Amino acid sequence: MAKITMREAISQALWEEMERDPKVFILGEEVGLWGGTYAVTKGFFDHFGAERVRDTPIAEAAIVGAAIGAALTGLRPVAELMTINFAFSAMDHIVNEAAKLHYMFAGQMVLPMVIRAVGGGGRQLGATHSQTPDAVFAHFPGLKVVAPGTPADAKGLLKAAIRSNDPVLFIEHATLYQTRGEVPDGELIVPIGKSKIQRLGRDVTLVTYSKMLEVSMKAAEQLAAEGIEVEIVDLRSLRPLDMDPVLESLKKTNRAVIVEEGWKSYGVGAEIASRIYEEAFDFVDAPIKRVAQAEVPLPYNRTLEQMALPNAADVVKAVKEVL
Amino acid sequence: MDPSPDQKLDMYRLMLLARRLDERAWVLHRQGKIAFHISGIGHEAAQVGAAFAIRRGSDWVTPYYRDLALMLALGMTPAEFLMGLMGKRDEPNSGGRQMPSHWSLRRANAVSHSAPVATQSVHAAGIGLAIKLRGDDKVVLTTIGEGSTSQGEWYEAVNWAAVHRLPVIFIVQNNQYAISVRAEKQMAVQSAADKACGLGLPGIMVDGTDVFAVHRAVKDAVDNARAGNGATVIETRMYRITPHSSDDDDRTYRSREEVEENKRRDPLLLARARLQEEGLLSESQYDEMDTQIKASIEEAVKQAEAAPYPAGEEALHPVYAEEVRHA
Repeated sequence: MAKITMREAISQALWEEMERDPKVFILGEEVGLWGGTYAVTKGFFDHFGAERVRDTPIAEAAIVGAAIGAALTGLRPVAELMTINFAFSAMDHIVNEAAKLHYMFAGQMVLPMVIRAVGGGGRQLGATHSQTPDAVFAHFPGLKVVAPGTPADAKGLLKAAIRSNDPVLFIEHATLYQTRGEVPDGELIVPIGKSKIQRLGRDVTLVTYSKMLEVSMKAAEQLAAEGIEVEIVDLRSLRPLDMDPVLESLKKTNRAVIVEEGWKSYGVGAEIASRIYEEAFDFVDAPIKRVAQAEVPLPYNRTLEQMALPNAADVVKAVKEVL
Repeated sequence: MDPSPDQKLDMYRLMLLARRLDERAWVLHRQGKIAFHISGIGHEAAQVGAAFAIRRGSDWVTPYYRDLALMLALGMTPAEFLMGLMGKRDEPNSGGRQMPSHWSLRRANAVSHSAPVATQSVHAAGIGLAIKLRGDDKVVLTTIGEGSTSQGEWYEAVNWAAVHRLPVIFIVQNNQYAISVRAEKQMAVQSAADKACGLGLPGIMVDGTDVFAVHRAVKDAVDNARAGNGATVIETRMYRITPHSSDDDDRTYRSREEVEENKRRDPLLLARARLQEEGLLSESQYDEMDTQIKASIEEAVKQAEAAPYPAGEEALHPVYAEEVRHA
C-alpha cells in the first residue's frame, strides 16, 4: 500500500491500461509533448509515442467526435478535455452521439471510450473555468458519469472506465490532484456504479462525492468533537447511481444531508433527496437538507469565490439543522 | 480503371432502384403509412459513383440522410429500407429506434449521425485516425450536404484530416439548397471544394449528375488516401429535385419553372443516355429493368408491411452495452 497523489493515481491507471492494451490511446489538447494541462500524462509522449498520445487541434467537438469514430472501430480512446467547461463545445457529441449511438443502433456497435475532464472551483479561474456541471451530464441515459474523491477510487474507477464498453465521462476535481491517499499495490479495479461508505456514524447520513467528500470528512471530524457521528456515503458514480448504501444508512440514521459542489437547483442533491423520499419516506425523521454552491456564476476574487463554494462550516450547520 | 460494362449496368440499376424506392416512399407517406421521408432524388449519381470507388463492406462510411442510393450500393435491401421507414423490429439501422434515413449498417461499416448536422465528418476523422493507428488498409468515405459545411465541426474534421493526413474522403453533395436557403447564402466561395485550399488538402469539383465522372474522381481520391497521401474534399454538384423532406413544401421558396428546368439534368436521364450510346442498354432492356425493379419494390413493401413491430418493452434497452441498473 503506497500513499500517492490523485494525479499519480490517475496517471498510473492510464499508464497501466496503455501498457496492458495497445488499443488504448490518448487524444486531447496539450496531452503529448507538454504532458497535459494538469501534468497527468507527463512522460507518456516519450514512452508511448506521438501516435498513442496525440496532441490535437483546439477543437473540442472534434476531440470527442474523433474519439467516437475511433471507438466504433474497436479502439479504446481516452479523450482529455482540458476542463469540463470546454465540454459544452463538444456537447452534441457527448449527449447526442456518445450517449445514444449504442441505443440508436439497437446495440450493434459499442463505444468503449472515456472522456476525462477536469471540473470544480477553488482555483480562482473564474466562472467559465470552474463549473461543476456533473448533474447536467448525469441527466443523459447512455453515459456513465464517474467522479472520484480519493486516489484509490480515481485509479480503480479510471481503469474500470477504460475497460468499459460504454462511454464514460470521468470527472477529475481541479483541487484534488495533490490530495494524497493510500492506494493498494497491484491491479486495482473499482466497479462503476457502486457507492461506498467512507465513514461510519449513527446520527446523520451525509451523501456526497468528489471534492465535497474531503469537505464532508473535515466537517465530520468537527462534529465528532461535539459528539455527533455522521455516516458518509461517497457516490463515486452519478450514473449509474447506486442508492443502496444511501438507503441503508438512512434507515439507520433517519436523517440526511447531501453535499455537492454544483448548484442546488435541479442538482445531484435534488435527485438523491427525491429518491430517498420515494423509496424510504417512512424512515425520514427530518426534512432532508442540501449543501451546495451559491447560485451565481463562480467569481474570480478569492474571498468571493470561497464565499460561493460550500465549505465544512456549511456542512456542520446543515447537519445540526436536521438533528 | 474505368468500370466494366457489367459494372456500369450495375451502377445504373442501383440508381434506378434508389429512384423508384424513393418515389415509393413518398407514396407511402401520402398514404399515411410512414411518419417521415427525406429524399435523395437527384443525388443518385454522386452516391453510386462514390460507393463503387471504395471497397464496400471493408472501408468505412459515415453517410448523411440523403444517401439512400449509397446505402443500397452498400448492400442495404429495399425491404430493410422500407422497414426502417416503418420503424419495424428487424430493420438494420436501429430496430425502430432511430429516425428514418439516419443510416447504420453494421455489415457495411456504415455509421449514422445525429440530427444536428456535420457530426459524421468528425466521426470520419476519428475512424481515419484509428485506421492509421491500427495500420489497416482502409479508407473512410463521408458525405454531407453543402449547407452543413457551414458547421464548425466540418472544418474541424477536414482540418484534422489534413494535419494528420488521414485516409478520409469528404464528399459534399451540393444540391444547391439547405432546406430553403440557397448555397450562395451558405458560402462566399463558388464551391465547397474551394474551402479545402485554405485547409491544406486537395479540393475537387465534379459534376454530381455524372455517375462515371464521380466514380473517377472518388477513385483517384481513394487511391491517394490508401497510398498514405491523406484526405480529399470532393464537391459533387446536383439539384435537389424534391422538397427537403416530407415536412417541407418547396413551393414557398422556389418556382416550379426552376425545378422543371433542372429536371433536364436528372442524373438518371444522363446515365441512361450514356449506356444507350455505348450500346449497353436498349429501350426494351431499360423497360425490362424498370419493370423488374418496380415488381421487386412491391414485393419488398409487402414484406416490410408484414414484418413485426418491436414489442413495447424493447424501448427500454439497450441503453448501455453492459448490464447496468441505471434508473
